[in-house]
Amino acid sequence: MDTSTLFAFIVLIMAAAFMLGRGRSITLAAPVGGVPKLNSLPSYYGMLTLLWCGIPSLVVLLLWLIFDGLIIESLLIQSLPEHIRNLDGIDLGLKINTIQNIAAAGLTDGAEPYMHDAIARLHSLEATSSLALAGVAIMASVIFGAWGWKQIQPSLKARNQVEHVFKILLLGCSCIAIFTTLGIVLSVLFESIRFFQKVPIVEFLFGLSWSPQMAIHADQVGSSGAFGAVPLFAGTFLISLIAMAVAVPAGLMSAIYLSEYASKRVRTFVKPALEILAGIPTVVYGFFAALTIAPMLREGGSVIGLSVSSESALAAGLVMGVMIIPFISSLSDDVINAVPQSLRDGSLGLGATKSETIRQVVIPAALPGIVSGILLAVSRAVGETMIVVMAAGLAANLTANPLETVTTVTVQIVTLLVGDQEFDSPKTLAAFALGLMLFVITLAFNFIALHVVKKYREQYD
Amino acid sequence: MSSKPSTIELVNKNLAKRYRAEARFKAYGIASIAFGLFCLVFLFTDIIGKGHTAFVQHYVQLEVEFDADALGINDVNNPDQLAAANYQGIVKKALRARFPDVRDRREKRVLYRLVSSGSGFDLRKMLEDDHSLLGQRLSVWLIADDDVDTYIKSLDDKAGAFTGRVKEKQQARLADLMAAGQIDARFNTVFFQNGDSREPEQAGIRGAIMGSLWTMMVTLLLSFPIGVAAAIYLEEYAPKNKWTDLIEVNINNLAAVPSIIFGLLGVAIFIGMFGMQRSLPLVGGLVLTLMTLPTIIISSRAAIKAVPPSIREAALGIGASKMQMILHHVLPLAMPGMLTGAIIGLAQALGETAPLLMIGMVAFIVDIPGGVADPATVLPVQIFLWSDSPERAFVERTSAAIMVLLGFLIVMNTLAVLLRNRLERRW
Repeated sequence: MDTSTLFAFIVLIMAAAFMLGRGRSITLAAPVGGVPKLNSLPSYYGMLTLLWCGIPSLVVLLLWLIFDGLIIESLLIQSLPEHIRNLDGIDLGLKINTIQNIAAAGLTDGAEPYMHDAIARLHSLEATSSLALAGVAIMASVIFGAWGWKQIQPSLKARNQVEHVFKILLLGCSCIAIFTTLGIVLSVLFESIRFFQKVPIVEFLFGLSWSPQMAIHADQVGSSGAFGAVPLFAGTFLISLIAMAVAVPAGLMSAIYLSEYASKRVRTFVKPALEILAGIPTVVYGFFAALTIAPMLREGGSVIGLSVSSESALAAGLVMGVMIIPFISSLSDDVINAVPQSLRDGSLGLGATKSETIRQVVIPAALPGIVSGILLAVSRAVGETMIVVMAAGLAANLTANPLETVTTVTVQIVTLLVGDQEFDSPKTLAAFALGLMLFVITLAFNFIALHVVKKYREQYD
Repeated sequence: MSSKPSTIELVNKNLAKRYRAEARFKAYGIASIAFGLFCLVFLFTDIIGKGHTAFVQHYVQLEVEFDADALGINDVNNPDQLAAANYQGIVKKALRARFPDVRDRREKRVLYRLVSSGSGFDLRKMLEDDHSLLGQRLSVWLIADDDVDTYIKSLDDKAGAFTGRVKEKQQARLADLMAAGQIDARFNTVFFQNGDSREPEQAGIRGAIMGSLWTMMVTLLLSFPIGVAAAIYLEEYAPKNKWTDLIEVNINNLAAVPSIIFGLLGVAIFIGMFGMQRSLPLVGGLVLTLMTLPTIIISSRAAIKAVPPSIREAALGIGASKMQMILHHVLPLAMPGMLTGAIIGLAQALGETAPLLMIGMVAFIVDIPGGVADPATVLPVQIFLWSDSPERAFVERTSAAIMVLLGFLIVMNTLAVLLRNRLERRW
C-alpha cells in the first residue's frame, strides 16, 4: 500500500471515528435526558474520538517516513557481501546508490552479481516496510480510536479537551517560525564550521583572492583553491552602493512629492503604479539588466570612449536601484505621513516656503523612520540574487570601478551550489559560509534599523 | 535711509531666490516620479517589444509521402514500429522533392534546416492518430526551424533582416516558398503545449507552468492553514511573555531574510538531512512555504486585529467558548483580509527564483510534470534558463515567458485588490 493510499485510508477511519463518537454520545445521553444533559455538544465527542484515532497513527506515519529510508539502508548494507561492506564511506554510498537506482528502474542488466541478491533484498525490505507501516498505522488508529470511544461519558469534558488540543496545534504552528530560524542558523552554521576546519576563518574573512576551483589533478593549473572573501564583499558593497545611489534620491523625492505636493488624484494613480515596480519578479529585472541595460551601457560607453564590461557592476546596480525605489518610497511615505500636521502649520505660519518646511521640519522629524527604511533597503540590496546572477559577472575582481565586472556573495553562493552534488568539498561548504555571512549582515542591518526607530523616534501623539 | 536694511527688505531680496528653490525642489520630486514611471514603461515596452513575436510561429508546407518502405514500417498496427520509424527521412525526402536542384551533400544538409529537426515527431503523431495515412501523399504544414523563423520575422525590420545562419541560397529558397504561399504564420500553440527543449521552435512553457502550479499548490496548502493558525494563536491566545516575544521577533526577522538563505536551508535540511530528491515541486513548495509564512502570518494578524472587540465580547457573552468565538465569528470576518494576504504572498512565491535554483529545479526537464513528486522546473527558473541561451529565438521566447509570468502576477494582484475592496468590511 503506498503512502497516499494509506493516508486516505487513515482519513476515512478518522471520519468514521467522528461519526461513531458522535453517535455514542447521543446514545449515552438518551437514557439520562437527551443531548442537553451532555457536558458538550455531540460533535465535540466525535471530534475527540477523531483526534484519538488520528494523532497517534499520523505520528507513526510521519516518523516511519522519516526513518524508514535509513533503516532499510543499514539493513541492506548488512546483507551485502563482506568485501563490499568493508569499502569506505563514499564507495559504499556509490554502490548503495547504484543498487537503489537499478531497483527503482526495474532493470537488472549492468548489475554486478552480488547486486541481484541485494536488489531482491531491497525489494523485499521495502515491501515489508510498507506492509508493516500500513499495519501499524491502522492498528494504532483503531486501538486508540476505540479507547477514546470507550471513554465517552455524558460527564466527559470533551469540548475542553478538544479545544486544548487545538490550542496546542495553534502554538505548534506559530513555533514554525522559530524552527525555521533555528533550521537556518544550525544548517548554515554547521556547514560553515566544517568549512572553517578546512579553510582558516582569518583567510576567509581577510583573504584578497577568491578562486574556489579545487584541484582534480594535483598538478592542475590554477587549482590553488583560494577562499578569500574580500573581493566578494567589495563587489556586493559596490553594487549595493550604486543601487542606493539610484534608489535613495529617487525614492525619497517621490515619497516627498506624493505626500506633500501631489493632489489626491495624482496620488491614487501614481502610488500603485510605482508599487508595480516592487511586484515585478527579480528574474525579470535580471533579464532586463543583462539583455537591455548592459548592452546599452556598453554601446554608450564606446561612443564616449570608455570601455564598459558587458557584465558591469553599473548595469546590475542601476536596475537593482530601480527595483528598490518603491521600497524606499513607500516606507518613507508612511513616516512622512506620520509627522503631525501641526509641525508643518507652525513652520508655514512663520513664513517658510513649503520646501523649506519639508527640508527643515518634516524630514528631520521623519529622519529615524527614513534611515531605518534605507537600512532595510540596503539589506535587501545585499541579499538580492537574481539580478546579480544574471547581470553581474563571476570574476572576483577587487575594484572600485563600476564599469568593470565584479561578483557578489549571492552570485557565488548560487554558482557554488547549483549543479554541485558533493556535500563535503570545501567548494560546496564555502557557499554555506558565505550564506552565514549574508545572514549575519542582513540580520545586523535589520536589527540596527529597528533599533534606530525605537531609539530616535519622536512620539507626537 | 538707515544703513541697516529692514526685515521686510531682507525677505523681499531673498524671496525670488527662495521661490526658485521651491520650484526646483518640486521639480526634483516630479523628476523622481517621472523616472520611476519611465523605468516601468521602459521595462514593459522592452519586454513586450522583444516578446510579442514569440506568439507567432512560421510553418512550411511540404508534400510528404508516408512511404512504408522509407519509414521502415511493415505492420501499421505494431506501436513499436510506429515509434521507431524514420520520420525525419520522409521529411528530408519531401524537402529534396521540393528543391530538386540541390545536389551537393553539404547544401542538402543546409536545406534540411528549413524545417524543425523535431518535425518528425509531429508526423509520427499524425500517423499514430490515423493509420490510414500510411502510403498516402499529402501536404503537411511543418514547423519552420528557429533560424528560418527569426529570419522571416525580421524581414520587415528597418535595420535590415537578421540573417544569422540563414545563408543566401537558403534565403532564395525561402523567397521561393513564400512566393508559392507555402509559408504561413500561425499562432504559436507549441509554445503553450510543449515542455522545455534544446530547439527553440520546439520549446514551450507548459512544463514550467505545470511545475509552478504544483509548487504553488504545495505552498498554498501548507502556508495558508499554518499561517492562519499561527496568527490566531498570536492574536487571540498568546500570553505576553518572553516566548511570545521570541516568536514575534522571529517572524519579523524571517520576513527580511534574503530568499537565497531559504534555498540554503532547503539544501541542507530537506535534501541533505531528509534525503529528498532534487528538483521536486514538493521540496520547492516546502521552501517557498517557509519563505511566505511570515508574510501570511503578518497580514492574517492584521486582519484578525481589524475585527472589533465588541464582536468577540458579544460571542463570549452569549456563552460561546473561546474556540467557538474564533471559529464562528472572528475567522469568517477576517477571512477576506487573510485571503488577500495569502494571494499576495503566493504572488511573491510565484516570482521567486533564487531558492529554487539551489534545490535543483534548474535541471533540463522535457516531460510535463504530473504531480508534486515529478522533477519539474518553474516559470521564473525557466526564464532564467532560457535567458542564458544564445539563440535569438530564445530571447523572444524568454520575453514571452516573462509576459506570461507577469500576466499571472497581474491577475493575482488584481484579484487581491478586488477581494479587499469587495469583501472587506470597515467597522
